[in-house]
Amino acid sequence: MVYLTRKLEFSASHLYHNPAFSAEENRRVFGKCNNPHGHGHNYVLEVTVAGEPNPATGMVLDLKELKEILQREVSDRMDHRFLNYEVPELAGQIPTCENIATVIWRLLENKITSGHLHRVRLYETPDLFVDCYGESNGAQSGAPSIAGDAR
Amino acid sequence: MKLHLWRRYKFCASHRLHSAQLGEEENRRVYGKCNNPYGHGHNYVVEVAVSGPVDPATGMIANLADLDAFVESEILEPFDHKYLNEEVAEFQENIPTTENICIEIFNRLRRFSRAKLERVRVEETGLNSFEYAGEPAGAAHER
Repeated sequence: MVYLTRKLEFSASHLYHNPAFSAEENRRVFGKCNNPHGHGHNYVLEVTVAGEPNPATGMVLDLKELKEILQREVSDRMDHRFLNYEVPELAGQIPTCENIATVIWRLLENKITSGHLHRVRLYETPDLFVDCYGESNGAQSGAPSIAGDAR
Repeated sequence: MKLHLWRRYKFCASHRLHSAQLGEEENRRVYGKCNNPYGHGHNYVVEVAVSGPVDPATGMIANLADLDAFVESEILEPFDHKYLNEEVAEFQENIPTTENICIEIFNRLRRFSRAKLERVRVEETGLNSFEYAGEPAGAAHER
């Protein structure tokens, strides 16, 4: 098995706010991330595909193809967007690194044409990142939604 | 969905690699420059991975403020700008190699109650790093 990783950067803004919380509780739980105007990050995404190299090409998956998939599924949706309002897949969720990585996993999972998606690693900053491995451990399924959120 | 939340921290500390079980010459042979009796230092980077269900109300596995405060009190405060051999009790017996530092950090952070500790990765320099994820179930965790 060979693991191939392709990197992608996108910049986006977000804010953390749960309408079921009081204003004070939102500020306490989410701190600066609760600023109603939002704030932004340069996200770095590393997508790892696992598979055996095709003997005819020597490739697990053609990098050009992976690049196009990432452009279409991730960059076109998220780059230079306000994640709370402009990415329907995140509607009703707090756009934390955990939730964004999960959405990206779901967007990519069935689009990989050769090999299989092994890991999605999303850096919000160099000091904070999330690894997503899908449902391989039989954990909860279905996107969590914000309790009491009517959006 | 299986998720690991990673957080990166830094501390600076000095150490000396010297084994009481080895003679002077043997220590110099095994540890080389790291055996310098005055010690030397590194800028350590610590990466900590935790897992757990994502709370739908917050979108978080663990609130970073809680994790940061725990790592600050358990690791950064006792280790940063210290001479590990003399100022951290565990390294008065265990040689403060990065292997042992990694295990010690893991054992300390296992007590974090808000999420499950999955893995600790420590860089001694940008050129070498060590990872520890605990022992398999049933094996002894404590050294």
